[in-house]
Amino acid sequence: MKSLSPPTTKKSDAVAKRGQNKGGKVATVAKKQNPKPATAAKASVGKGGKAVQTKAKATSNSKKRQSDEDSESAEEDDARDYSKECEEDSESGSGDDDSRSDIEKEEEIPETKKRIEVKESTAIQTKVESDHSENDDDSDSSEDSESDNEGEEVVEAPLVKKEKSPAKQKESSDDNDSSKNSSSEDEVDKVAPTPIKKSKYSAKETSSDEEDSADGTDDESEDNADEDKGFTDENAKWLKPKTSKTNLMSSDEEDNEEGDEFDGDESDEENMLEVERQSRLIDAEMQEEQEEAELELRRTITQQTSVFHLPTPEELEEDENRVVPPSELRARIEDILEVLADFKVRREPGRSRSEYIERLGQDMAELFGYLQELVDYFLSMFGPNECFEFLEASDKPRPLVVRVNTLKARRKDLAAALMKRGVRLDPLAPWSKVGLKIYESTVPIGATPEYLAGHYMLQSAASMCPVMALGPQPGDRVLDMSAAPGGKTSYISQLMKNKGVVIANDLKAERQKATVANLHRLGVRNVVTCCHDGRKIGGQLRNSFDRILLDAPCSGLGVISRDPSVKVQRTIADVQRCAHLQKELLLAAIDALNHRSKKGGGYMVYSTCSIAVAENEEVVNYLLSKRDVKLVDTGLDFGKPGFTRFEHKRFHPSLALTRRFYPHVHNMDGFYVAKIQKLSDKRKGEEDNKAEVQEVSTSDEKVAEKVEMKKVSMAADDNEKNAKKKQLRKKRGLDYKDNEDDKHVAQKKRHKISYPAIQPQKKKTNAKVSKPRRIKINGM
Amino acid sequence: MRPLTEEETKTLFQKLAEYMGRSVEHLINRSDERHCFRLIKDRVYYISESVMKASASINKDNLLHCGTCLGKFTKSGKFRLHITALDYLAQYSKYKVWLKPSAEMSFLYGNNVIKSGLARITEATPQYAGVVVYNMSDIPLGFGVAAQTTEACKELDPTANVVLHQADVGEFLRGLEDDMF
Repeated sequence: MKSLSPPTTKKSDAVAKRGQNKGGKVATVAKKQNPKPATAAKASVGKGGKAVQTKAKATSNSKKRQSDEDSESAEEDDARDYSKECEEDSESGSGDDDSRSDIEKEEEIPETKKRIEVKESTAIQTKVESDHSENDDDSDSSEDSESDNEGEEVVEAPLVKKEKSPAKQKESSDDNDSSKNSSSEDEVDKVAPTPIKKSKYSAKETSSDEEDSADGTDDESEDNADEDKGFTDENAKWLKPKTSKTNLMSSDEEDNEEGDEFDGDESDEENMLEVERQSRLIDAEMQEEQEEAELELRRTITQQTSVFHLPTPEELEEDENRVVPPSELRARIEDILEVLADFKVRREPGRSRSEYIERLGQDMAELFGYLQELVDYFLSMFGPNECFEFLEASDKPRPLVVRVNTLKARRKDLAAALMKRGVRLDPLAPWSKVGLKIYESTVPIGATPEYLAGHYMLQSAASMCPVMALGPQPGDRVLDMSAAPGGKTSYISQLMKNKGVVIANDLKAERQKATVANLHRLGVRNVVTCCHDGRKIGGQLRNSFDRILLDAPCSGLGVISRDPSVKVQRTIADVQRCAHLQKELLLAAIDALNHRSKKGGGYMVYSTCSIAVAENEEVVNYLLSKRDVKLVDTGLDFGKPGFTRFEHKRFHPSLALTRRFYPHVHNMDGFYVAKIQKLSDKRKGEEDNKAEVQEVSTSDEKVAEKVEMKKVSMAADDNEKNAKKKQLRKKRGLDYKDNEDDKHVAQKKRHKISYPAIQPQKKKTNAKVSKPRRIKINGM
Repeated sequence: MRPLTEEETKTLFQKLAEYMGRSVEHLINRSDERHCFRLIKDRVYYISESVMKASASINKDNLLHCGTCLGKFTKSGKFRLHITALDYLAQYSKYKVWLKPSAEMSFLYGNNVIKSGLARITEATPQYAGVVVYNMSDIPLGFGVAAQTTEACKELDPTANVVLHQADVGEFLRGLEDDMF
C-alpha cells in the first residue's frame, strides 16, 4: 500500500468507501453540491476507520497519481491513525490530525469530496440525539458508529466557529470540551445550534440537499456516537487535539472565508484556498476591468463622437491628392450623421450645421458616385439619415416582380407552372392579387414558354400602383399617354377585361414596337397604339376619355438601381427640363379628359418614376393653379403622403393625398402617384394668363422705355468717346494718310457706332427686350 | 386604314380556313360584338367595331396598330399569318399537335417538329393541313403545316419532320429584331 498508495487523501479513500457502503448517493451528491468547506472530511476519515484500512489500501491504488513520497509515510500514519481511531475514540482526535496532515500534503483535493463531507456533517447534526445511543456495533455496515467520535468533533467545530469569532475559538473549543463532558447537555446544546449551521449550508445547497441529508444523517449519527465516547473516555486527549483543531480551524477561517474547518491540512488548504481566492479575486478584477472598459468605451465613444473633427477645407485639400478609400468615406459619413443626429451636444464648436451638411453631401456624392448637385437635392428633400438610406437602397437591386396576365392565366396555376420550372416565388404583397415576387430562378424568367405564351409580364411593383389607382372599368375609354413598353397598358386592359378601348400613345414609334409585341403576346385586343406628341393630344382629342394615365417621362431619379447612369448623367437642369415637359403633358391630359363621363370617370393619374419634388408635387401644384381640378385619394393604402411644403415652396394641402414610394422604405422603385379629378372645362390659368400677358406687356413697355433711354445715353457716350479718340489721334497722328484713313474710318465708324453701339445693350437686356428692339427699329 | 377588298378578303379567308376549317365564320358572326377586318399599310387587323371607331380618330400616320394583327399581305398578294394571330387560330383550330416537354424549346427556337418530339396529334389530319402546336399543358406555342398524315406519322423515322414550322411564340422576342411589329 505504501509504495502503491499515492498521497491521495484518506478522505478520498474514506469517501470512496462510504460511497461503496452507502451506495452511489454520495458521489452524485458531490457533483451536485456547491463548493463548500470540507468540514466533514475528517469525520469521514474517522468513520472509515477499520474498514478503511483494508479498503483504503485497495482504493488508494487507484489514486496513486498525486502521490508524494511524504504522503506515503503519512499514509502509513493515517492507517495507524484510523485503526487507533477505531479502537480508541479518544485518540481519534490526534489520529485525525495526522490524517489531516497527510491530507494537507496532497495539494490537490477534489473539492467535490469536501463538499460531500460538508453536507454530511451538516446532516449529521440533525440526528445527533438519535445517534448518541449508538455505539460501535458494526464495523462494516455502521461506519457511522465507528466514526462517530470524529463526527462529533466535526460537528462541534463548525458550531464553535460560527458562533464565535476565530480569535475566541480556542476558548470556545474548551467550552465545547467541557460541555462534552456532560454529554446529554452537550447534545442538547449542539442540537440547538446545529439548525443554524444547517440552515446556512442548506441555503447554499441546491436541489440535491435532500439526498445529501439522507447520506449525511448516517455520518452524523456516527459522529454523534463518537462524541459520546469521546467525552466519556478520555477528555484530556480530546481536548488537545480539539484545541489544535480549533486553532487550525481558526487559522483556516481567518484565511478562508469558506472555512474548511475540519480538514487537518490547513496549510495545504490555505494554499488551495489562496489559489482559489486569488483566482476569484482575479475573476472579480477581470469583471471589474471589463465593466470599466465598457464604461470607458461608451464614454470614449460619446466623447469621440462629440469631438468628431470635421475636416477643414485645408485638410481636405490634402485629400484631393490621394484616393480616399470608400471605408474611410463611409466612416466619416456615419460620423457626420451621428453628429447631426444630436447636433447640439456633438458638434465641434465653431462649426455650423451647413458645414457638416456640405461635407456630408460631398462625401456621399463621392462614395456612391453621384453628381454633387443630385446629392444636394436629395439632402434638401430627406433628412441626412434618410438620404443616406435612400442612396444605399438605390444601389441595391429591387426584387424581380411579374404580373400575372389574368386574361390568360390564374396566379395559382402560373405559380405552380413556374415552380415546376425551378423558380422560387412568393405572392408580391397583400395589396396585389396579380403580383409574384421571384426570388430565384434556374431558367430565364423572360423566356419561359409561359412568358412567351403571355401568361405573365415582367413589371415592377411600383408600376402597378398607378394603374390600380386609376381603377379602369370595363367599357371605359382610356388613354395611356406614354405607354411604351406596354406594361401598364396591358394591366389596364386586363382590368377592363378586354372591353372598352385603350389608346396607347407614345412619342416614339420605335418604342411602340415593343408595346405592340407585348400586347399581342398578352392577348390584349382592345388597344389602339399610336405615336402622337402627347402635348398635342389635348387639342386633338379634347374631352374624349373617361380615364387617363400619364406616366410622364422623367429624370428617373427613383429607379437608379435599374439605371445607374442616372447618377452621373442627370443634372438638376435635366430635372427642370423634365418638369417643364411634364407640366405641358399634364395640361394636355386634363384637356383630353372628359369630366362629363357617364361611366363615373373624369379621373386621371399622374405618375413618375422620379422622387424629385420638382417633377411631382410642383407639377401637380401647377396644374391645380391652371385647371379646375382636384386631387382625390389614390386608393393606395401604403406609400408616404406627398409633400405639401418643400424648401421655401408651399403647395396646396390636398397634395398630401398623393403618394410617394421609396426604395429604402417600401423596397420598390422610387415612384410618385397622384390621382386627379377633372371638375370642369374652366381654365383658371387662361384668365390669369391674360392678366399676366397684360402685365407683361406693360412691364415690357417700361423696360423698352428704359432701354431706349439707355441707348440714347449710350449713343451719346459713344459719340463723346469717338470725339476724344479723334482728338487723341490728331495729336498723335503725323501722317496725313493715316489721318485721312482715320477720317474714313471715323466716318464709317460713325455710321457703325450709331447702330452697333446699341447691340451690346440688347444682349444685356436679354430676350424680353426683343420687342422693344423692334420698336426701336421701327422707330428708326 | 381601310377595309379589305374582296380579293384580299378571299385570300385571307382561304388562309384562315386552312387552320380553322368552317370555324372561320365564328370570326364574323360573333355573339358579343361585331368585329371587322381592317388593313393598315399591308397588315390585316381583326378588331371590334368600337375599337375601330376609336382608332378612326387617329391620324393614319400616327396609327401603329389596333386590335389584333392577323398577318400581312406579301408583295405578291399572298397572305402570311403572323404569330399574333395565334390566339384566334388556337381558339378555333381544327387540327392540333401536342409536343413533349423535351421538344418544346426546340420548337420555340423556330425548328420543325420531329417525330420523336411528337406527343399527340389529332386523328385524321391530312397532309399539309394547318395545325396549331400545343405543349402538354395545352398552351399554344405556334402553328405550322402537317408534313404527313396522322397515319403516316406512326411509321415515321424518329428524326423525320411531323410539323413544318411557320410561326412560334418565340417570335414575340425574335420578331422585335426582325421588324415584325
